[in-house]
Amino acid sequence: MAELVPYGDTFGDGMVQLSFTLPVPADARAREIGLQFLRNNGFREPQVVHATAADRDMTFYVAYARASAGVDPAQVTATDVEAPALGFAEVNTLIEGQLGRRVVVIGAAIESDAHTVGIDAIMNMKGFAGDYGLERYPWIEAVNLGAQVPCERLLREAQERHADAILVSQVVTQKQVHTRQLTKLVDLLEAEGLRDRYVLVCGGPRLSNTFAKELGYDAGFGPGATPSRVAAWIAQELVKRVRTEG
Amino acid sequence: MRLELDRGLTEEAFALAGDIASPVVEFARVHTTVAIERTVARLFGVDGVDELGVPLPNVLVDALGPRLAEGVALPLAQACVDSGRSPQQVAEAVATGEPLGKPGSPEARELAFQLAAEGDRRIARQRGERDAMVAAHGDPPTPWVYVIVATGDIHEDARQAQAAARAGADVIAVIRSTAQSLLDYVPYGETTEGFGGTYATQANFRLVRAALDEVVPEVGRYVRLTNYASGLCMPEIAACGALERLDMMLNDSMYGILFRDINPQRTFCDQYVSRMINGRAGVIINTGEDNYLTTAPGHEAGHTVVASNFINRALALAAGIPERQIGLGHAFEIDPDRPGQLMEEWGIALLIRELFPDCPIKYMPPTKHVTGDIFRTQSLGTMFNLVGVATGQHIQLLSILTEAVHTPFLADRLLAIQDARRVFDAARPLRESLQAVPGGPLDRRAAAVLEQTVGLLREVAGVGMFEAIERGWFADTPRRRDGGRGLEGVAKRSPGYHNPFLELWEPQLAGWSAVGADG
Repeated sequence: MAELVPYGDTFGDGMVQLSFTLPVPADARAREIGLQFLRNNGFREPQVVHATAADRDMTFYVAYARASAGVDPAQVTATDVEAPALGFAEVNTLIEGQLGRRVVVIGAAIESDAHTVGIDAIMNMKGFAGDYGLERYPWIEAVNLGAQVPCERLLREAQERHADAILVSQVVTQKQVHTRQLTKLVDLLEAEGLRDRYVLVCGGPRLSNTFAKELGYDAGFGPGATPSRVAAWIAQELVKRVRTEG
Repeated sequence: MRLELDRGLTEEAFALAGDIASPVVEFARVHTTVAIERTVARLFGVDGVDELGVPLPNVLVDALGPRLAEGVALPLAQACVDSGRSPQQVAEAVATGEPLGKPGSPEARELAFQLAAEGDRRIARQRGERDAMVAAHGDPPTPWVYVIVATGDIHEDARQAQAAARAGADVIAVIRSTAQSLLDYVPYGETTEGFGGTYATQANFRLVRAALDEVVPEVGRYVRLTNYASGLCMPEIAACGALERLDMMLNDSMYGILFRDINPQRTFCDQYVSRMINGRAGVIINTGEDNYLTTAPGHEAGHTVVASNFINRALALAAGIPERQIGLGHAFEIDPDRPGQLMEEWGIALLIRELFPDCPIKYMPPTKHVTGDIFRTQSLGTMFNLVGVATGQHIQLLSILTEAVHTPFLADRLLAIQDARRVFDAARPLRESLQAVPGGPLDRRAAAVLEQTVGLLREVAGVGMFEAIERGWFADTPRRRDGGRGLEGVAKRSPGYHNPFLELWEPQLAGWSAVGADG
């Protein structure tokens, strides 16, 4: 398949929309500096449509340009979480029928992250977007440790409660701290020889399944993930593991 | 825009809130905490750290050990009298292992009083400095434009704060490093690393205040600085802020309990003293009711916000904060995809505005239902700005288009400020132009929330605050009165307890039994 470029108003025009700030004063040269910056980055036929002072020595730009490179979608692999979607009742039936015991899921926003929005949306009774949270599932024992939970404590609680799955949320990030914290948990699990004992799942607005797998997680859920999707994946993964072992 | 409220219900709500606050304040008045005693040390002039980096106020209060119940003021003053040294020199000596003496002499009591009077004068001087700057440079029209900086590096924060002020911000909040609320000490010095924010330290306060003072003449209005007197060091941070002329403090009565699992007894004692300092310093406190809406659906939880507004106000008045410094909070957090969302937001914003006409209401932006679609977030922000100005909110924490993506870029803040200024200028006269249709949807919505609020206040007044919190009535989060962090730092005051600041300030508080509709 041929390379594809972005679509503005004509197929193949390659138009992209950009906004950025350069640390230069918003004077007569600012527009030309912005255009040159875009050319230096390989953009063709750049147009600066808006340039304004963001501070004394800062200029904010809105610009359009043609992309100089395209993409061949056939050459790209990305994995979404592979599991059929199941509803609330189906997940419970699956666990009851195939595992015959309650599944223990322990969740937390780890380390510096003080934001419980994500973990609460998945775990709390009320759930998210009309989809019940894991606490509502009779066949899931959901333990929500809340925010700012050190990785060490999360692992201790997982062991004490005989967790089947660990669910980690990372909402707010700064300078890629979420990546370091997610990696820390995997490193700890591996150091203690516990990595294979748990189904390890992470979620958050900047995460994807592909990225989660790169970090050493079994699955990752991005924005808009519902509790039933997470529950369905965990249940099916546990059933799969039991079958493989059995 | 105006609402007709049921005066019988509103008067009942004010009275109930006073009943709820009274036992909490009584509790705070017979206990002390390590944070309160460290605050006394700080206001006596103790600062700095020992060889291991432990702040000297902690060193002193740790040295008290079980004598915490007596307070630090007299043992410290006695050591000063005995040795002829300053509180700072005594703290340095204690850090090297010297014990604190047994207090007893009248000279020590006299010195403690003098040191407290000097601490109080330092606070009053900063308050006077603010008043003078506001008189010289003027105050902006409301809603005040409030933005955050959150780089983790205080020097970068200062640079972004100046940029935001030049772009049109009236209030700058330096977001705190997320781990700080659980630290049982205030970090020391200027800091350049933090997660999701920058540590609140006295040196950091001083640095950003100076940076803003520099741009005040240039922008032609006083620019306010905000931080967080919350967590395990509520009163200490209030003291640091009072000494460095912070202008606003996030200072909720229950936030730490519900959302940070800090012990309720500890929090209620700490909030009482922290609020006394904020009141004295002319600081506008911001309460944290927006948080209730992040854990429960916005259209269902409106009455928990308003009930908390009543309680926060009553507790603040009891600690001597006048209404003009009580920035009660709420937020624009109803699901935007819910039909009628804008009407519901408008209704509750107006209800809160009308219930507390003398409080500078703090309005928080949409955060829960925003996504990586920055264009959608920008348009939600515009609607939020419209509701804010048309209902007469006082402090508008701006919506930023990259909320839920990253801490704001320089230009994100600029776009937010431009949007707010445009909407505020365009729609300000609406406030005095509209009247809710009696019996119409908005009027009914506001009336229903008020009725639910009074229902909740009646229940809380029936069982008391500690019990209501144990039952999970706030934010669906049960917290036991002997659970959570920091209880070991609470002591019942002994008969010999002495705190010269409380002796100085408490007689000046408005009679707190009179906490009611007319405050």
